[in-house]
Amino acid sequence: MTELMVRAVGVRKHFGRLEALRGIDLEVDRGAVLCVIGPSGSGKSTFLRCINHLEKVDAGELYVDGELVGYERRGDRLFELGDGDVARKRAEIGMVFQRFNLFPHMTALGNVAEAPMRVKRQARSVAEDRARKLLERVGLAGREDTYPRQLSGGQQQRVAIARALAMEPKLMLFDEPTSALDPELVGEVLDVMHDLAATGMTMIVVTHEIGFARAAGDALVFMDEGVIVEAGVPRDVISNPQHERTKSFLSKVL
Amino acid sequence: MTAPERAELPVVPVRHPGRWVAAGVVLVLAAMLGHWLVATKALRWDVVWHYLFDPTVLAGVRRTILLTIVAMAIGIAFGTVLAVMRLSPNPIVSGFSWLYIWFFRGTPLLVQLVFWYNLPAVLHSLSVGVPFGPSWLHTDPKTIITQLGAAILGLGLNEAAYMAEIARAGILSVDEGQIEAAQAVGMTRVLTMRRIVLPQAMRVIIPPTGNETISMLKNTVLVSVIGYAELFYTVQIIYARTFQIIPLLLAASIWYLFMTSILTVGQYYLERYYARGLAHALPATPMQRLRARLGIGPPVQGRVSAVQLSTRQEHR
Ligand SMILES: Nc1ncnc2c1ncn2[C@@H]1O[C@H](COP(=O)(O)OP(=O)(O)OP(=O)(O)O)[C@@H](O)[C@H]1O
Ligand SMILES: [Mg+2]
Repeated sequence: MTELMVRAVGVRKHFGRLEALRGIDLEVDRGAVLCVIGPSGSGKSTFLRCINHLEKVDAGELYVDGELVGYERRGDRLFELGDGDVARKRAEIGMVFQRFNLFPHMTALGNVAEAPMRVKRQARSVAEDRARKLLERVGLAGREDTYPRQLSGGQQQRVAIARALAMEPKLMLFDEPTSALDPELVGEVLDVMHDLAATGMTMIVVTHEIGFARAAGDALVFMDEGVIVEAGVPRDVISNPQHERTKSFLSKVL
Repeated sequence: MTAPERAELPVVPVRHPGRWVAAGVVLVLAAMLGHWLVATKALRWDVVWHYLFDPTVLAGVRRTILLTIVAMAIGIAFGTVLAVMRLSPNPIVSGFSWLYIWFFRGTPLLVQLVFWYNLPAVLHSLSVGVPFGPSWLHTDPKTIITQLGAAILGLGLNEAAYMAEIARAGILSVDEGQIEAAQAVGMTRVLTMRRIVLPQAMRVIIPPTGNETISMLKNTVLVSVIGYAELFYTVQIIYARTFQIIPLLLAASIWYLFMTSILTVGQYYLERYYARGLAHALPATPMQRLRARLGIGPPVQGRVSAVQLSTRQEHR
């Protein structure tokens, strides 16, 4: 078993003419928390989406837990994985979205228990018991039967985190989890993420919450125009940025 | 003016004299129509009443219901498959769906029905197997395409083309983020469609499907041309013998109205079911309101105060 949870080597991705990722090299240790910052359109979401194969990589190699994402190497050839295999790998990676994307036709409990029941084929009672515990863990005990529309943004995002955790992922991806929240609701979501980081979960967090990056991050990368401009220990990058672009970006968000 | 002050003051609603005049005119016209219906001897309500529960008429009603249910079931099931095919990235799959919809929407239903009914006469045998190759199953088409078979086939296949477009619109109405979220928790494409996309698409699909079902119920009269004894054909047979055309058509109309009314109520409850989680609070159903008023059952939620009520009316 490798100590690296994620390894990217020269990852490229383009949409038509537009090059969203222009050679990303990156390593994330097991149990580490990597924070990603960068201006809008710099390719942060695209990179996260490549990691769980919601987006296909055009060139370069991307490994999760030692295995190539989306492909299988047999001899000296790469075979694209089918829908079922891709789904099986995605099940091991949790993802939390900026706009929550909870299933509106299911209760909070239903949202959390759905994938364990349908994907992992857990018995309803088992899945719902675990879902209740997870909702309690994110501070939502008693809200099991509430539909997403009736919850505040912060509560919805915490349900979304519980939903991802229900699959017992080895890696969690967060794509600006607090950007759609009112300022007073940001804290409750960050608290849950803090706790999660403390349990040793490997996390990649795209965020503009510099305070979170400093406190919970083991590493910080600054992306711009599809490349990693600067990487290092969060405290150093934040207080002593080396590149002009990092400096000007940080001066805007701090 | 602050809110508490407003709640204490009596509210005088806006007056609408125009509406009162219109309502008066409508009432007078309705009374005239009612009088005409009751007093006109030629309508022969006694004959209408006599045939309303006549066993032959009831058999016709049963066949109409059967035909509607089976044809709609085929239409919905096959239509959903066509909709999913239409959205497939494979051009042959989506092309087939497009062609199917183009053909069945582009030709009159009546022509299709007569076509299906007469097809066995020109086909001598029907076989299942590899195209241009060996076949495994031979059958005489007359044994499968009966009057009922042709009716079901004609109505169902035609309906599938319309349902496909309705289902496609429903599927496309579901937010892209829902599909991503489902995939991110490890759902396959089929599972995502079944558990996440279609249940949400239902909200968009059901109102037009209700319309389609009501249309279908009435379109079953078209199969009278191929001699299947549904309700309309049944009353035609009777009045061809007794010449009581108007009373028998009235009896049939009463049945059609009764059946469409049932469908309308069914649609109302189905829409509520699929709206769960999507509206903050659903208004109480008529039954719930009745029970609450009689004091049997839970109190109605989301009752509005008089002030809120009057503001609501002002909005209209
Ligand atoms: N599906 C797509 N089709 C075409 N272009 C896309 C697609 N997804 C992303 N892009 C483009 O790729 C670039 C990188 O987008 P990405 O969403 O990764 O940026 P980001 O860093 O996450 O920005 P933000 O902070 O606004 O979320 C942008 O220019 C965007 O317009
Ligand atoms: Mg983004």
